[in-house]
Amino acid sequence: MEQNRQEVKQQPPQERIKNFFEVSLGFTEEQALAEAKRCLQCKNPACVKGCPVEIDIPAFIKLIKDKKIKESLSKIKEKNNLPAICGRVCPQEEQCEVACILSKKNIPINIGALERYASDFADEKLSDNKKKVKSAEDTQSAKVAVVGSGPAGLTAAADLVKMGYSVALFESLHLAGGVLSYGIPEFRLPKKIVFGEVEYIKSLGVDIQTNVLIGKTFTLKDLFKQGFKAIFIGVGAGLPQFLNIPGENAPGVYSANEFLTRINLMKAYKFPQAITPIHIGNKIVVVGAGNVAFDCARVAIRLGKDVTLVYRRSETEMPAREDEIENAKAEGLKFQLLTQPKEIILDKNRMPSAMRCSRMELGKPDSSGRRRPVEIPNSEFEIPVDNVIVAIGQRPNPLIYKSTPELKTNPEGTICVDENYMTTIPGVFAGGDITTGADTVISAMGAGKKAARAVDNYIKTHK
Amino acid sequence: MYRIIKKEILADSVKRIIVEAPLVSVNAKAGQFVVVMIEESGERIPLTLADTDKSKGLISLIFQEVGFTTKKLGLLNEGDTLFAVLGPLGKPTHSEKVGTVICIGGGVGIAEVYPVSRAFKEAGNHVIGIIGARSKELLILEEEMKKVCEELFVTTDDGSYGRKGFVTDVLKEQLDKIANAKDTNNCLVYAIGPVPMMARVADVTRPYNVKTVVSLNPIMVDATGMCGSCRVTVAGETKFGCVDGPEFDAHQVDFKELTERLSFFKQQEQECLNKNCPRK
Repeated sequence: MEQNRQEVKQQPPQERIKNFFEVSLGFTEEQALAEAKRCLQCKNPACVKGCPVEIDIPAFIKLIKDKKIKESLSKIKEKNNLPAICGRVCPQEEQCEVACILSKKNIPINIGALERYASDFADEKLSDNKKKVKSAEDTQSAKVAVVGSGPAGLTAAADLVKMGYSVALFESLHLAGGVLSYGIPEFRLPKKIVFGEVEYIKSLGVDIQTNVLIGKTFTLKDLFKQGFKAIFIGVGAGLPQFLNIPGENAPGVYSANEFLTRINLMKAYKFPQAITPIHIGNKIVVVGAGNVAFDCARVAIRLGKDVTLVYRRSETEMPAREDEIENAKAEGLKFQLLTQPKEIILDKNRMPSAMRCSRMELGKPDSSGRRRPVEIPNSEFEIPVDNVIVAIGQRPNPLIYKSTPELKTNPEGTICVDENYMTTIPGVFAGGDITTGADTVISAMGAGKKAARAVDNYIKTHK
Repeated sequence: MYRIIKKEILADSVKRIIVEAPLVSVNAKAGQFVVVMIEESGERIPLTLADTDKSKGLISLIFQEVGFTTKKLGLLNEGDTLFAVLGPLGKPTHSEKVGTVICIGGGVGIAEVYPVSRAFKEAGNHVIGIIGARSKELLILEEEMKKVCEELFVTTDDGSYGRKGFVTDVLKEQLDKIANAKDTNNCLVYAIGPVPMMARVADVTRPYNVKTVVSLNPIMVDATGMCGSCRVTVAGETKFGCVDGPEFDAHQVDFKELTERLSFFKQQEQECLNKNCPRK
């Protein structure tokens, strides 16, 4: 038996820093078959337990091995409505792959690449479901509103429509996908893939309504008045956090959300063919070390910039996926670790010219389990900079609960839910980053899935 | 959806379009705005709701052609459709009864102050309107404003119509009157227009200790509180123009920072105009 784990080929770093095409090239057929053969087909598969949406991993891998790609994708879709996305952005190394029995020998099955292979190469995925298409008017069943078309909302909407509900999915932006559209860059998750998955969700019969901001266009009360029997809120964590240091509101300082939205959603890298601009100098500092920070840094590298990532802890504590850190290093990202920004210094034109920082050292672990950074006295120094991108995390957007005082929230701004994902308003459910704070795509999908079941139970018991 | 059913030229480079946007019209109130996209590759621009007709599902937008997108918007005709209209956005005007409300509109800001003036009048206030433009050709909505104001003053910078000078000249006189009557506690000043005008209004009203509200127009992308492009410093705190505003206490706004942030993309805006000359 072939024991070597198949690794996906990538665009070489010196090439990919000049374009926005996908970095990972995915498996060839040969690789996919070789990797599928390595799966031990465990009777009691640990990988499935590691998957937040409980995909029958050995079964779909066996179907790839048997060259039944379409069937393999159907098997995945029994549990996961967005496989082409998950195959790309799930942290498999912390979920299914870490649980794989072969990871003990350091050669876990490359489950993510196989999932991506199945979804990319079973190109008849849409035609399968064309038969099932139904418009909202056809269905006699109860109406359910899903708010937010990111991973949680898309998953909940797809599962609910499969259960026979008439589902309207509301999105405030002009395109569906939420963070998949505005946040994650093209080179990590091509928008063609996102819109392909969105089309699939539509083909199931979900009525996607863009340009509707719940909390403003309609309140939750309005939705109940319109006849929706239940509402699922999956609006994510979209409120950018700032450092609260002097100079931060100067022009030339972007939140990660603004920078990424301009680039990913509004295609500012194609300016002036795309009309939304990005104004950026040569020396870019990105503050933060999560996946979002790395996305910003790697976008800036592709715009031809000299990019430094500033983080107050050390590399070990970086929350980003290891693969992305490695990719960024290969692309030439510089690191300024154990560094805390103190002030953005502005030149006479009121544009950033330098960032004053302090050096840090690691103290005792804090509540997150990571060692707390402590400032070293009299260690201040300056980093020259033209633009700063602040990527230190997002909090839930308060828009919905500001318009709905009955919706109880936690001090950190997340919406309170019970064990069945129900909020303090009967019939209103919530899941994903809006209840947990910023987390991964797949955990939001897991929440969407479980919440869909809870909505189903609620409607059945409240006829 | 989002079909333009009527288009009018109100003044040199100032146009009004009436757009079918039934969902937006349902909950729209004075002081709120929408985000408009002409096409998918276009940019998202905020435009104040000049008027709404809930029964017909229509909204009225008034804009001045200044950049690429507004120029292109001005080239659209009746029957054309917009790619996206999102709203109503921002907090509505808090139009309670205070006594006397001085409503100031400068340039295309008159379009924005009109629904606000009407809302204050409907709340039972004595509304004094002061509207100004650079010259007669740029003055809009004088007739509409007359209907909702007990008194209306018009100024032009060049003296081609109304009184020569600035809206703040009239404002100062009105405030003197109100101060003489010891009525400043029952007075509110509300101003929309170019940032220098709003900053001047704030400076003029400050010594009178009259509550002053301005409606800000920072650069926005999503306009739902997600990107932070529209952040403004108010009373030393960072606020988002799109969700915390657009109205703020004029005496607390950092107008200098707002001006700097508004001019950040000037070079790109010019480049876009040069390369994508908007012609049909």
